[in-house]
Amino acid sequence: MNIAVCVKQVPDTETRIKLTDDHKAVNEDDINFILNPYDEFAVEEALQLKEKNDGEVTIISLGPDRVTSAIRSALAMGADKAIHIKAEQHPADPAVTAEALAAVLKEGNYDLILLGKQAIDDDHTQMASLLAEELDLPAVTVVIKLDIEGDKITAEREIDGAHEVVECSLPAIIAAQRGLNEPRYASLKGIMRAKKIQIEAKEMSLADGQLEIVEFNYPPQKSAGKIVGDSADAVPELLRLLHEEAKVI
Amino acid sequence: MFFPVDYYHIYESLSDEERMIQRSIRQFVDEKFLPIIADFHARGVFPTELIPLLGEMGLLGVTIPEEYGGAGLSHTVYGLAMQELERGDSGLRSFASVQGSLVMYPIYTYGSEEQKRRWLPGLASGKLIGCFGLTEPDHGSDPGGMETKALKTDGGYILNGSKMWITNGMLADVAVVWAKLDGIVRGFLVEKERQGFTARAVKGKYSLRASDTAELSFMDCFVPEENILPQAQGLRAPLSCLNEARYGIAWGAVGAAMACYNEALEYSKTRTQFGRAVASFQITQQKLVEMLNEITKAQLLCRQLGLLKDNGKAQYYHVSLAKRNNVHMALDIARSARSILAANGITDEYQTIRHMLNLESVLTYEGTHEIHTLIVGEHITGFNAFK
Repeated sequence: MNIAVCVKQVPDTETRIKLTDDHKAVNEDDINFILNPYDEFAVEEALQLKEKNDGEVTIISLGPDRVTSAIRSALAMGADKAIHIKAEQHPADPAVTAEALAAVLKEGNYDLILLGKQAIDDDHTQMASLLAEELDLPAVTVVIKLDIEGDKITAEREIDGAHEVVECSLPAIIAAQRGLNEPRYASLKGIMRAKKIQIEAKEMSLADGQLEIVEFNYPPQKSAGKIVGDSADAVPELLRLLHEEAKVI
Repeated sequence: MFFPVDYYHIYESLSDEERMIQRSIRQFVDEKFLPIIADFHARGVFPTELIPLLGEMGLLGVTIPEEYGGAGLSHTVYGLAMQELERGDSGLRSFASVQGSLVMYPIYTYGSEEQKRRWLPGLASGKLIGCFGLTEPDHGSDPGGMETKALKTDGGYILNGSKMWITNGMLADVAVVWAKLDGIVRGFLVEKERQGFTARAVKGKYSLRASDTAELSFMDCFVPEENILPQAQGLRAPLSCLNEARYGIAWGAVGAAMACYNEALEYSKTRTQFGRAVASFQITQQKLVEMLNEITKAQLLCRQLGLLKDNGKAQYYHVSLAKRNNVHMALDIARSARSILAANGITDEYQTIRHMLNLESVLTYEGTHEIHTLIVGEHITGFNAFK
């Protein structure tokens, strides 16, 4: 099975985000970049499918030179090949990224395209659907279980309060949700093997896109809590506030 | 994820792959080991369920060539691995040290081709576990005085004697046992099912609780001819194994120290007394700076020792100096960190006291602090002070 996994490099989840002075971008100086955690599920699933059915796993990522370290992480887990689409930065408009990824995916004749359900930095959650449009393929998102028999895919999706089971056929796009599998740790041998794999660099002119980042802002400071009372008498008032003001129940 | 202190950017001089290995093991320790260690420590049990994962990651036999199942990597990588594992617990590092340096290394170095093929792949994957029997109840610093004897018999040897403080002793499928044959120290591979071979757990430990420690007994235990390590002749052979393990300990102890420093630093910044952070008091700052000072020196020592070892220039006395310095400083740091944590530092809510108790063992095992002092002393003066 010829599998492509589209991955994105994102800031570590524990990063304290600092903005540039003009608030137009995130200051990258002290950021530790990692492979997007949802993409790790996609890589793991691809590797398990390869181990079951043979085949090849190709990692594809778009971004500046630093993204090669995320690509190496995926290779160290056991992927076979990688393509780096060079870009000065991640485009503000996911449609631009999708167009570039789709152009590369078309060349590869893949049976299955895997990716994380979203990137944890910009949270657009659009890539699987955009790629489906670009490539005219079915896309199944938020997948927590995947079975492939022949060219028939049965995928279980997480939806609000239930699981939905859908079927489609290969080739298709699958967007991984947490719970799909448990990603393996890169082994010492895997890391050294990944070092020897040549990452194919692709120069591509990217479209301008229709979105522009106007500004970033820090989330509002949390205000101090309020103590409603210290006995059972306060419960009705607490419930009222949680319902009407905080709107959490 | 744990962000280790690296005040002098020492780890930046590592290759990209070495740093990736460091991060991968760190993530494993954070996610799989730290959440469970307090419980295993309390129960006095080694978390055996992690052994297959240690094998898959290549942490058993890091320097053993790939054709025998090892990772075939440098001593620097081995050192980094031990440091990351001991950042979790000295017991975890001990498991990997013993398996790699004290079992796989002697089989690889002194074993026959048949022995290597039979044992190394299984030991590398963690499907088989090994232990190393040199120390005896009455011979610790003085292994040359060992009383365990091997007697040549038809088709093999008969072993008699006992071995003490044997890490992995209860779990082991095979023991590398050192015994005197006609007065010369030889190595024997003893499978656990051999008749006359028994292992008994050491009870009541306050230190290395999450590690398997046993006493091994051999009563007329027969091992066949093919179980003797053909190339190991004399005490130099087991001492060479210890040299490998001590090298890993020199790195490992720094991991434990880094964990304690990190915990004490974070605690001191958030804990307030007299209306201010305890980190704002001069005595606390002095303690923290002393820790950082010693950790930074020890990190540099490891880095250079690793380079020496990878270039084939590390001598046993280089390893002794690093072991004595790094373990001693780590124990001092653990105690100092515990004093910053004060009463909170005596419970298993924090990891410092576990490291502190473990390091008491590390200070005296694999060559006591005193013996390492005298090894270096002998090297620089020419006078042997302990024979």
